[in-house]
Amino acid sequence: MDLFEYQARDLFEKHGVPVLAGAVATTADEAFAAASKMGGRVVVKAQVKVGGRGKAGGVKLAENAEDAREKAAAILGMDIKGHIVHQVMIAQAAPIESEYYLAILLDRSNRTFLVMASVAGGMDIEEVAKTAPEKLAKVPVSAVDGISVAKAKEIIAQAAFPADVAEQVADVLVTLWKAFAAEDATLVEVNPLVKTSDGKIIALDGKVTLDENAEFRQPSHEGLVDHSATNPLEALAKEKGLNYVKLEGQVGIIGNGAGLVMSTLDVVAYAGEKFGGMRPANFLDIGGGASAQVMADGLSIILGDKDVKSVFVNVFGGITACDAVANGIVAALATLGSTATKPIVVRLDGNNVEEGRAILNAANHPLVEQLDTMDGAASRAAELAAK
Amino acid sequence: MAIFINSASKIIVQGMTGSEGTKHTRRMLASGTAVVGGVTPGKGGQIVDIDGHQLPVFNTVAEAMAATGANTSVVFVPPKFAKAAVIDAVDAAMPLVVVITEGIPIHDSAFFYTYAKDKGSTQIIGPNCPGLISPGKSNVGIIPANITQAGPIGLVSKSGTLTYQMMYELRDIGFSTAVGIGGDPVIGTTHIDCLRAFQDDPETTAIVMIGEIGGDAEERAAAFIAEYVTKPVVGYVAGFTAPEGKTMGHAGAIVSGSSGTAVAKKDALEAAGVKVGQTPSETARFMRAILGR
Repeated sequence: MDLFEYQARDLFEKHGVPVLAGAVATTADEAFAAASKMGGRVVVKAQVKVGGRGKAGGVKLAENAEDAREKAAAILGMDIKGHIVHQVMIAQAAPIESEYYLAILLDRSNRTFLVMASVAGGMDIEEVAKTAPEKLAKVPVSAVDGISVAKAKEIIAQAAFPADVAEQVADVLVTLWKAFAAEDATLVEVNPLVKTSDGKIIALDGKVTLDENAEFRQPSHEGLVDHSATNPLEALAKEKGLNYVKLEGQVGIIGNGAGLVMSTLDVVAYAGEKFGGMRPANFLDIGGGASAQVMADGLSIILGDKDVKSVFVNVFGGITACDAVANGIVAALATLGSTATKPIVVRLDGNNVEEGRAILNAANHPLVEQLDTMDGAASRAAELAAK
Repeated sequence: MAIFINSASKIIVQGMTGSEGTKHTRRMLASGTAVVGGVTPGKGGQIVDIDGHQLPVFNTVAEAMAATGANTSVVFVPPKFAKAAVIDAVDAAMPLVVVITEGIPIHDSAFFYTYAKDKGSTQIIGPNCPGLISPGKSNVGIIPANITQAGPIGLVSKSGTLTYQMMYELRDIGFSTAVGIGGDPVIGTTHIDCLRAFQDDPETTAIVMIGEIGGDAEERAAAFIAEYVTKPVVGYVAGFTAPEGKTMGHAGAIVSGSSGTAVAKKDALEAAGVKVGQTPSETARFMRAILGR
């Protein structure tokens, strides 16, 4: 889960990473109130989970509270790369002398954590990595050892931070590591980390990604979820414990196992090319079990998607054999009754496939059609969606 | 031969007394796997009867190894306790630890992967994987044993059900070993580890490699194939239609910006001479053509 900048700021503050005063506002009046309270010059910053806000006009300096109200009014409601601005952060303005970059992240390729540090902050770090790689230090960090003060000093030296800030930046890095570990983050990025004219080091803007697998031991993270951005069908699926992602297509997909479902989406998209560009409408993995209840939940979510014109149920019977899956489909359709209105193409394969197909044939449900192969069934589902 | 597990593998099940552990211990035993005991901290000393097999339960992996001579552990404990379970196995210098558990926090899996690497005596497979099977010899994890048979194909995959699908499509030819390496961002055994082992395994004559979006493991595997693998490899990559920034079921299956895309993976594999199918069935047909079956 990616956080908004203001959430990242709050999280930094909680762990002792130096930040400036900041408050979130959803209306121009709230922005005015927050700026009045802060006093002096403030920065009004669009809260969207996408880079390039500044260039898009989503970050403005305001001279006073009244100006902050105007700037906030202009920024709220803006569309930045498809993200509508619903909130702004009012942040204290700071006299900046230098801008640096500091991040801790998971390095998947090397299966370790990684610190990236640069004295060329304030710009897109991927740009720095491309144009001036010598200015970006990348230092692996052991998941067992973490970042001690000594390790932090070594990293900061490697990144060639100026001597007058090196110790302070090293302290920030150690604190940042503590936040990274304590919050089960996979990314904490400070860009820019600034030196103010009075020599203080401050995290001016931050990006944080949290690990959803750690929710069971991070109860406070639930409060950081942006429910307004969640698709209603996705929210409903999550409530039911289903792994569902809404896509822009016409063929509803249900399958078991993440890999098989991803593959099903692809196969449907290929097949759909022959039928006017039919595409998969969603990703839905009902897991290895594929019980009747889970099948009913899955089908009801997919049939609740008004874009769906046909449904493709693609199940490989492994531990749960095909006869059990077929019984699940029959029971699910009985539960759904007249709410099931779209054609459903079923492809079963694997253990007890003959028994499974026989069960569906015997049930003879008017909406259900069976095909033997994944490719053939995908093609049929796309054809039905195009009708 | 086969890779990683064979008929000499003696398995202990960490979390055997839990419901998933018991269920899959029964299935492993039914497929002829030598399960010799279990580990559940606090329940040491008990004997569990699973379908007539009297299996001793131990408090620690070290005790279990000393008493049974086990050389492989399979972990079914819930995410909350998985880190401690794997560390227990690494401390005991268990040679192979297969972590089935899904949903382990990345800080925990990064920790136990690094911990095992530093110690140097344990290979981890997973987490969030179906395990591995050398048909007719040993079956460690949750792969259904009855969908295929022993044969000359080696299979490595991030995905469980795509592994099953491929094993089933090519069941008449059969597999030396099929390894589900798992769909998490940090996993203990990579495509490359498996490709190297298959290349070195005289019983394996051809290899199927299944990848999916996220990370750059497939690109690295492609480079490794070009450099090291002389046996024919066919491939499949899932996730061409996955949108950017969305996790597709597996925690690691996510396209971030322009990296981790299925297209990049397919292109890299094809550049290394791997025939990549557009669907799993087409990949299976490529394998048939190579083996002339």
